[in-house]
Amino acid sequence: MKALKVAAGVFVCLLALLDPASAQDVLIRGARVHTMAAVGTLEHADVLIREGKIAAIGARLDAGADAAIVDANSRALTPGLFAGVTSLGLLEVAAVADSSDTSFKLGAPAWEQQWHPEFDVTLAYNPASSLVPVNRIEGMTWGVLAPYSGDSIVAGQGGAVTFDGRYDALLAGSRTLFINWGNTDSAGGTRAGLYTLMQQAIRETRSTAPTGERALMLPAGREVFASYVNGGRMVFNAHRAVDIRRMIDFARRNGLKPVIAGGAEAWRVAPELARANIPVILDPLDNLPNDFDMLAARLDNATLLHRAGVRIAFSSGHVHNARKNRQVAGNTVAHGLPWDAALAAITSTPAEIFGVGATRGRIAVGQAADLVLWSGDPLELSSLAEQVWIGGRAIEMRSRQTELRDRYFERLKSHR
Amino acid sequence: MAEKICGRRLASAALGLFAVCSWNTALADDPFSSTYVPAASTPTLIRGATVLVGDGNRIDNGDVLIVNGRIEAVGQALSAPGEARIVDAQGRWVTPGLIDVHSHVGAASSPYVNGNNDGNEMTNPNTAHVWVEHSVWPQDPGFQTALAGGVTTLQILPGSANLIGGRSVVLKNVPSVSVRGMKFPDAPHGVKMACGENPKGVYGGKGSAPSTRMGNIAGFRQAFIDAQDYQRQLQKYQRDLAKYQAGSDAQSGAKKKKAAADADKGEPPTPPKRDLKLETLVAVLNGDAQVHVHCYRADDMSNMLDVAEEFGFKIAAFHHGVEAYKIADRLAQRGVCGALWADWWGFKMEAYDGIQENLAMVDYPGGGCAITHSDSAEGIQRLNQESAKSMAHARQLGLNIAPERAIRWITSNAAKTLGLGDRIGTLAAGRNADVVIWNRDPFSVYALADQVFIDGVVQFDRAAAKTPARSDFLLGQDVKGELQ
Repeated sequence: MKALKVAAGVFVCLLALLDPASAQDVLIRGARVHTMAAVGTLEHADVLIREGKIAAIGARLDAGADAAIVDANSRALTPGLFAGVTSLGLLEVAAVADSSDTSFKLGAPAWEQQWHPEFDVTLAYNPASSLVPVNRIEGMTWGVLAPYSGDSIVAGQGGAVTFDGRYDALLAGSRTLFINWGNTDSAGGTRAGLYTLMQQAIRETRSTAPTGERALMLPAGREVFASYVNGGRMVFNAHRAVDIRRMIDFARRNGLKPVIAGGAEAWRVAPELARANIPVILDPLDNLPNDFDMLAARLDNATLLHRAGVRIAFSSGHVHNARKNRQVAGNTVAHGLPWDAALAAITSTPAEIFGVGATRGRIAVGQAADLVLWSGDPLELSSLAEQVWIGGRAIEMRSRQTELRDRYFERLKSHR
Repeated sequence: MAEKICGRRLASAALGLFAVCSWNTALADDPFSSTYVPAASTPTLIRGATVLVGDGNRIDNGDVLIVNGRIEAVGQALSAPGEARIVDAQGRWVTPGLIDVHSHVGAASSPYVNGNNDGNEMTNPNTAHVWVEHSVWPQDPGFQTALAGGVTTLQILPGSANLIGGRSVVLKNVPSVSVRGMKFPDAPHGVKMACGENPKGVYGGKGSAPSTRMGNIAGFRQAFIDAQDYQRQLQKYQRDLAKYQAGSDAQSGAKKKKAAADADKGEPPTPPKRDLKLETLVAVLNGDAQVHVHCYRADDMSNMLDVAEEFGFKIAAFHHGVEAYKIADRLAQRGVCGALWADWWGFKMEAYDGIQENLAMVDYPGGGCAITHSDSAEGIQRLNQESAKSMAHARQLGLNIAPERAIRWITSNAAKTLGLGDRIGTLAAGRNADVVIWNRDPFSVYALADQVFIDGVVQFDRAAAKTPARSDFLLGQDVKGELQ
C-alpha cells in the first residue's frame, strides 16, 4: 500500500512538472484568515487551494495525500493586495522614455486635437518587467493599469492585470476608460472646457450621422467611447470639491457611471458621492495643497468618506514603489479608519470597483487563490509577506533587489 | 569673537579693518545671522515613558526633565522643580526631535506653482554663490505638516540641478515671518553638490557643459582649482595684513602719524574683491562647511570621494545614495554618512539598483552612519515609518535593529552630519530640549506624535483644540466643512 502511495506521489509530482497549470493542492493550515467577506476574520482556519482557486475554507480541512501543507501557525492570511492604479508593467525607468509606454501622445496642436478612447494601454503590458517581482513579493498580486495623461483629456483605456507573470494578464470585466478631469491644457486652458468637450464627445456617440470634418473622435474611437458612456466604467481624475460635485451632476444628466480618482477634497462632497453611489480611489497620504485644487486635503479623508458610506480604495500613486499601498492603508487606521475598512480598501473594494470582485479581493470559495501569508499584522511596517500565492501557485520570493542585497551583504559581512 | 574669524585665528588688531574671509563680512554684525530666540518655557517633567535617547540607549519607564529650554536630566524617577509641569507619558514613547537633513520645504513650496519654485538656480552649473535661505518661504504649509510628524530641525538644500547648488541652511521648525527667525543659531554652514544624471541632463539638454559624467567631474575640479587660487589670494592678503599690523604696532605714536602721512609706507593691503561663489568654495577647502553631495551610483560616489581627496576636503554625507550599500564599508571607513530613502528606486537609471536594505547595510559596518532623509514634503512627515521599513527588511539579513539603534538614523546621525551633534539629536543634559512624545512605538504605522517640543516650547500638541493654520497661505481658506 505504501509503495503504491509513493508511486502515486511520484506520478503526481511528475504531472505537476509537466503541467504547471494544474499544480498540486495547497492546504494552508491554522491561519488567521482575513476573508474580506461576510464571514469576516476567522481566527484559526484552514484554506484549501485546488486548481488555482480557493476550494474550501474551514476547520481541520482534509486535503488528500498529495497536497503541499503550509502550517500558518496562526499567522495572518489575506487576499493578495491591490497595487493601485499604476503603470506597473508599463515602464522600467521613468526617466527613460523608450522604456515607458504610459502615455499616448501624437503631439497634435490643440485646435486639431482628437480623442482616442480606443487607445488601450494594457497592450503594452510587460509581465517580465523588473517591477513585477519587486512588488509581488511584498504581497501585491494584482493592479489596475491606467494610461498616464496624453494630449487630450481622455487618457485612454486600462484594466486590471494579475502579476503572476502570464502573458495574457488582463482580467475579464475590468476594462476602464480613464479621463483627466483637471487637465485644462487639453481643455482650452479652462476647467469649463472639460464640459464643452465631453458634451461634444457624448453627442458624437449618440448621433447616427457622421459628424463632419472636425469630429473629436475617429469611428473606432466613437464606438469604444459609446460603450463606456452607456454603462461602462469611467474613472475621472479630480481633486477639487466643486469639480467632483459638478461631475456628479454631469454624470447624472448624461447617464454616466463615474469613479472618482484622486479625490483629495472628496470628503467635502461625501454625502453626494454616497447618494450617487460613486466610489473614490484616493491616496490617503495627500494632505498638502499641492495646487489650488487640494486646499482641503487632509489625513482623515478616507475616514470621513467611509463614515458617509462612500466606497473607498487606495492607490499610493507610486509605480516602482506600488508596494507602499500597504503602508498607506496602515496610516488611515492611525487617522480613524477601522482596520477592516483599511484592508478592504486594498483588497475587496478595488476588486469590486474594477469589476473583478467575483475572482479577486476576497478569500472565499470560487475566488482565485491569490493569497499572502504575513509574519504579523498585515498593515504593520514590521510585518513582511512570507509567502505569496497567485492563482494557487507559490511565488518565488525573490526579485533583482533581493539578489543585489544578497550579493552586497555577502561582501559586507566578509569585510567585517 | 574678533580672535576667531573665518574659523581661523587672526591678529586681534584686525578689528576695525575689513577682514575678508569665507563667510562673514562685517565682524560684529552678520546681516544674515539667526534672529531666533526661544520663547520662555515652563519647566517640564515627562514621566514614565519608553525613552529612546538617540545615542543607542533606551530607558524603560524613563523620565525627561526640561528646564530653560534645555534637557536638564534623563533617567528614572527624576524629581522636578516645584513649578514644573508634569506630563504623564505612561505607555508612550519619547525621542529627540526628528531631523531631516534633506528637505526643500520652503524653497520649493506648496502650492507647487512657478511663483513658489525657488529651489534650483538653474542658470549655471556652478551657483556656489546662492544661499538657499534666501529662497525659503516660511509660510510653506509643509513646515507644519512636518512638525506634526515630529520634525524639529530641517536642513533646506538647493536642488540638484547644478554641480554646486549653493549654500544650504539649517532651520528650526518654528513659525516666523522671515527665514532668519527660523535659522538655527550658529549652525555650521552647508554646501550642496550634485553628481550623476541631473547636472549633465540639465545642462547637456541645453547644449552646454556639463553633458556627461566626465564633464561633471571636470566641472567640480575646475571650480575647486579656481577656489584654491582665491584661497591663496586670501591667505596672501592675511599675511600682508598681519605684516602691516605688526609694522604699525612696532612704531610709536608720533612715528605712526608720520608714517601714516607717507602714502607709500602707510597703506594697508587691499583685500581681494569679494566673490560669493569663491567664498563658498574656499569655505569648503578650509573645512568650514559641511559638504552634502547628492549622488546615487557607487562609482559616482567613489569619484566624488577622490575629488574630495584631491582638494583636501571632507564630504559630510552622500544624499540619496541609492547604491550606498555597495560601498558601505568604504563610507564607514571614510566617516561619510549616507542620507538615504527606505525604498525609492527606478525613477532614473542611477536609481535602478535601489534595495530596501540600504539603510540597514550602511548602518551595519562599525562606524557606519545611516540617515533616513526625505527629499519630500510627504516623506518628511513619516521619517519614523520610513526607518521602520528598513528595520523590517533588515531582519531578512539576520539583523535585528532595535528601536534605540534605528532612532539614530533620524536623530543623532542626522545631527552629526549637520555639525550639530553636541546640540541636538540626543536626549542628554545640556542639549536643546527638542523632544517628541509619541502615542506608541514611533516605528509603528499607527504611531502619531502627541507633543513636539522645540527648545522646551510645545510647538505642536495633537490634543489641543484645532488652531488656525500656521501657514498664512492656508489661513482663512474655505475648507472647514462640507461644500455647501
